[in-house]
Amino acid sequence: MLAAERNNGKAGESSALAIRDLKKSFGDVTAVNGLDLDVARGECFGLLGPNGAGKTTTIEICEGLTVPDSGTVELLGLDWRHQANALRQRIGIQLQETQFPEKLTVDETIRLFRSFFDKGITVEQSIAMAQLEEKRKSRVGGLSGGQKQRLAMACALVGDPELLFLDEPTTGLDPQARRNLWDLVDQLKGAGRTIILTTHYMDEAERLCNRVAVMDHGKIIALGTPKELIASIGGDQIVEFALSDASPIDPAILTQIPGVESHRIHAGLHQLFVGELHTTVPPIFASLEAQGAHLSEFRTHSATLEDVFVSLTGRNLRDE
Amino acid sequence: MSELMSKLTENSLYQLTSARFRLFFREPEAVFWIFVFPILLSVGLSIAFRNRPADVLQVGATTTQLTQALNANKGLSAKTIDEASGAQALATGKILLLAVQRPAGVTYDYDDTNPDARTARLIADRAVQKAAGQRDSIDTANQQVHEAGARYIDFVIPGLLGMNLMSSAIWGLGFAIVEARQKKLLKRLVASPMPRWQYLASFLLSRLLLLVIEVGVFLTFARLVFGVPFRGPIWQLALVCILASLSFSALGLLIASRAKTMEAASGLMNLIMLPMWIMSGVFFSASRFPNIIQPFVRALPLTAAIDALRGNMLQGMSLNNLVAPIAVMLAWLVVSFTVSLRIFRWR
Repeated sequence: MLAAERNNGKAGESSALAIRDLKKSFGDVTAVNGLDLDVARGECFGLLGPNGAGKTTTIEICEGLTVPDSGTVELLGLDWRHQANALRQRIGIQLQETQFPEKLTVDETIRLFRSFFDKGITVEQSIAMAQLEEKRKSRVGGLSGGQKQRLAMACALVGDPELLFLDEPTTGLDPQARRNLWDLVDQLKGAGRTIILTTHYMDEAERLCNRVAVMDHGKIIALGTPKELIASIGGDQIVEFALSDASPIDPAILTQIPGVESHRIHAGLHQLFVGELHTTVPPIFASLEAQGAHLSEFRTHSATLEDVFVSLTGRNLRDE
Repeated sequence: MSELMSKLTENSLYQLTSARFRLFFREPEAVFWIFVFPILLSVGLSIAFRNRPADVLQVGATTTQLTQALNANKGLSAKTIDEASGAQALATGKILLLAVQRPAGVTYDYDDTNPDARTARLIADRAVQKAAGQRDSIDTANQQVHEAGARYIDFVIPGLLGMNLMSSAIWGLGFAIVEARQKKLLKRLVASPMPRWQYLASFLLSRLLLLVIEVGVFLTFARLVFGVPFRGPIWQLALVCILASLSFSALGLLIASRAKTMEAASGLMNLIMLPMWIMSGVFFSASRFPNIIQPFVRALPLTAAIDALRGNMLQGMSLNNLVAPIAVMLAWLVVSFTVSLRIFRWR
């Protein structure tokens, strides 16, 4: 039985991660500004937000790489000030920009990392989990981006961690490689580990995470399951349209239509948050026609975490 | 036994050290600079500074009588030539000296700023006087000395060895550490349970193991090809090499402890190594520098290393007589290592 399975489900165990009033500044820039967070064991938790929101600083404090200005962080009931060595044995880490030595092979790299841990899985098991069997004797320099990222995962897994940190694991990968990595994370979730990941891809968080926290300017601005967050903006569906000329329309008339929850203008597009498409779209068309508006564009999509972020901040996730 | 082996191979210090080894030997340029370059350099220098037998000097004379008198000396090769073409031969360097017969005696035309011409003047005059009947007042005899240990190649081999110990330690450590920092590998390693001291120790261990090959190959070559002497105890020579390599490694660690980019690191390394290449006596004696900068020259770790190597190899000095250079190397080792541990940037 894996260590992660043994420890999961013990009654009265401390939570996987408990953060209280965490603060960290770099010079004038406040990266983390009074953050509280609890993650339960066995959860796959997502930390979302645009670049510069403070995700990486938060996760690096959790990983023991950065010392916070104030506040407390407890992982698996341990803290970095007193039990750093014990903690490092029990967590797995994948960092955003690590480049492993190009002239070592996959096998040699994982073997090196395995030697740092007192207990863990074998090098062979770790290679199998990351599906790198065929690349085992290849040098790191010859791997594709997706394979390098899976190697980073293998090095994070080789100590059989109870808690796994993944910092933007799929950034820069092509769609196929992203999907492969998602499958790997699914597999790890199955083994009962706690996983904490950061991402700025909302689809990734929806696909992988039990719960997500949306961060902006060093604070958590929304917390819940992806479903709860989407429901919180009112309406599961989004209707977006643009008008061909400056024909003036009155949004108030549109929001009076039953089932239309709200209206906003974002990036030059009118957006209506609606409950059901089949009952709301025909009256929307009729109303626009009655107001004499000429449509140049009309589309609908299911609400995503991206829409949650836009409705909370008025900005897109990847806006700088 | 096999259990012991697997215990060893699962050890993190073993893994870190063998990773260093693999990375070194998979870098062909590094292998060239450390193993092949010093040998090529010593071959080149031995050709350029080989001890030649004394040349026969070309001279001219205006009469056949004079020519005969000059040719009687084995150090000269004379031919008869008239004064006008003789002057031209002098100007173009075909002859070093022209002996002209005058009614009053013999005149020598030569350039007195040219050492070879001055030599020719001395030999020619002696030959002319001897032909005229002069005899030696005292009997003299010559004994020729070409002893190993006094040649230029003997002087330069310990210098090259010291220079090689310095470059391989500083480049080897400095570049590998700064590269790991730049590629965020250092950050990944300290996030793992790897003991930090083992990371630094793996560099020193791999350096010492490489040293055995590096110094062994170079000195065996110097012994077999040039017959360079080893007058001091070999185990003390080994100790001097190890101490030198450790102090240069500590210096490399110090240089690499803060630098964030390879460019910054290589600039810093050149800045630190350049004065030593020039002043530490690799190719000529460090005592040629003026007295006023001698304390600085003596305090350089490369000067100390080369002094100790020459003292052991050429003069057969034991460690008791090499206290000063050894103290200098130890001081560099302790100070650099302590400071770099304090200021080392892991991310």
